[in-house]
Amino acid sequence: MATGVEIAGVGIHPFGRFGDTSVVELGVKAVRAALDDAGVGRGGFQAAFCGTVYSGVAAGHKVLTALGMTGIPIVNVEAGCASGGAALALGVDAIRSGRCDCVLVFGMEKMPKGIIRSSFFEPWREAAGLAVTPAYFALRAQRLMRDSGVTLEHLAYVSVKNHQNGVDNPNAMFRKPFTLAAVLASPVVCAPLTLYMLCSPNEGAAAVVLRRAAGERPQRVRVRAAALRSHLPGSVLGEHTPMCGLPDETLPAPTELAARAAYEEAGIGPDDLDVVELQDTDSARELISCEELGLCARGGAGEMIDQRRTDRGGPLPVNSSGGLLSKGEPLGASALGQIVELTWQLRGQAGPRQVPNAKVALGHTVGRGANASVVILSR
Amino acid sequence: MTTTPNDSPPVPTTASIPVTSGLFELEADGTGRLLGGFCASCGRYHFPAGDDCPYCCASGCVRRALSQRGRLCLFTAVVNRPPGYTGEVPFGFGVVELPEGLQLIARITEANLDRLELGMPVRLTFVPVHVDDQGREVMTYAFAPERG
Repeated sequence: MATGVEIAGVGIHPFGRFGDTSVVELGVKAVRAALDDAGVGRGGFQAAFCGTVYSGVAAGHKVLTALGMTGIPIVNVEAGCASGGAALALGVDAIRSGRCDCVLVFGMEKMPKGIIRSSFFEPWREAAGLAVTPAYFALRAQRLMRDSGVTLEHLAYVSVKNHQNGVDNPNAMFRKPFTLAAVLASPVVCAPLTLYMLCSPNEGAAAVVLRRAAGERPQRVRVRAAALRSHLPGSVLGEHTPMCGLPDETLPAPTELAARAAYEEAGIGPDDLDVVELQDTDSARELISCEELGLCARGGAGEMIDQRRTDRGGPLPVNSSGGLLSKGEPLGASALGQIVELTWQLRGQAGPRQVPNAKVALGHTVGRGANASVVILSR
Repeated sequence: MTTTPNDSPPVPTTASIPVTSGLFELEADGTGRLLGGFCASCGRYHFPAGDDCPYCCASGCVRRALSQRGRLCLFTAVVNRPPGYTGEVPFGFGVVELPEGLQLIARITEANLDRLELGMPVRLTFVPVHVDDQGREVMTYAFAPERG
């Protein structure tokens, strides 16, 4: 029997835009909140893992330097949109291996507005006009519409749902509801995707304190699985956005690989889930994620939306926090922001966003690399 | 940047250069071929060409000119100038499948999506993206719809 890992505490710095506040200051806020929540102080944890993409050299070290908490191993983790999930997986492994009793995992980001310039693309790809992240999203959206009977209205409804959920989230960047008509009428960024169907890169931080599970504690949230996978060779439209590939209809996506591993590790299947936070970089990505995670049948995403199954009041609420569409996406923090939200859900502390009696939760991120992380929690 | 009355924008000369070397071979008449990598070990193509096979890890891949005609699998249009790009917008953007079984992400010459269809035949062409500081047209590859 593997060593059990539980969540001792969580903390978040809201996602949004914070002017001159540095990324380190954002990280400090989230870390302090998580340590306070866990009742853990200096010397209370034996390793730290920091997920971030754009924060520069030794960013995690700077956060713990500011708090006088250095001396332990500190590892900065970059895995695109799944950076926080990768950091969490390393933290879980550090406890399961027996090397640590308590570990700090945090993630943070401070990103500019608009389409992000990414060193992922070589200069010639940029010069040729091929470094267009939303265009890759749009091609995936068109493929989903071709293969799954998903309509523009389905895509718009995902945005309506998540923005409506975000109204109740004080840590979200956008807290304004939109009508279906407003989403459809917002400017086309890359057809079929309109502006309100795309999330905004922004700023924020989140932190989680993990510890070895021991004895019974009230409201204990356990980490049942933390899986990380990359893409298989050949897929042309994976998040690694290559220039070429093979027709990939039969290749499992990184999310499918991570989900399989996580479900097996946890002994939990999609039918057991009560609440899910998943990657909704754009509206189509949410529906693709649902299919890849097995929350609906292949090709069943449109029907799932028609039946409102993923609404907060539905049988399987997805992105009841508002998702990245309303929170924004600070890359290194987004996966851990999900874990903070899901921990509150499992503790019954999610306030107006609470999914009644939530016992099993799944968090999912996928992005450049390609990297996909799937985390399963239960109480 | 300061300008003086004598400054003028770079004037394109007859010279043109590829956006980077090794992607394609341009002929004097403006036609050309994309250069793929072929793996003798697994029999599959990749692009841009490299020595190592990105599917099966075999080494010693060879360069082969790829088919100029393909099929448009997916498409959208880019209307806002992306980071690092100084050329014109809008332009088409899509996935093209070649007879070699290879799918390419590529620019599409047509940005009016009403004129594009899933599965339609497309043909390789080359388009200027900008004029460099020596007045040369910088060219990249694209696919143009073929009318039956």
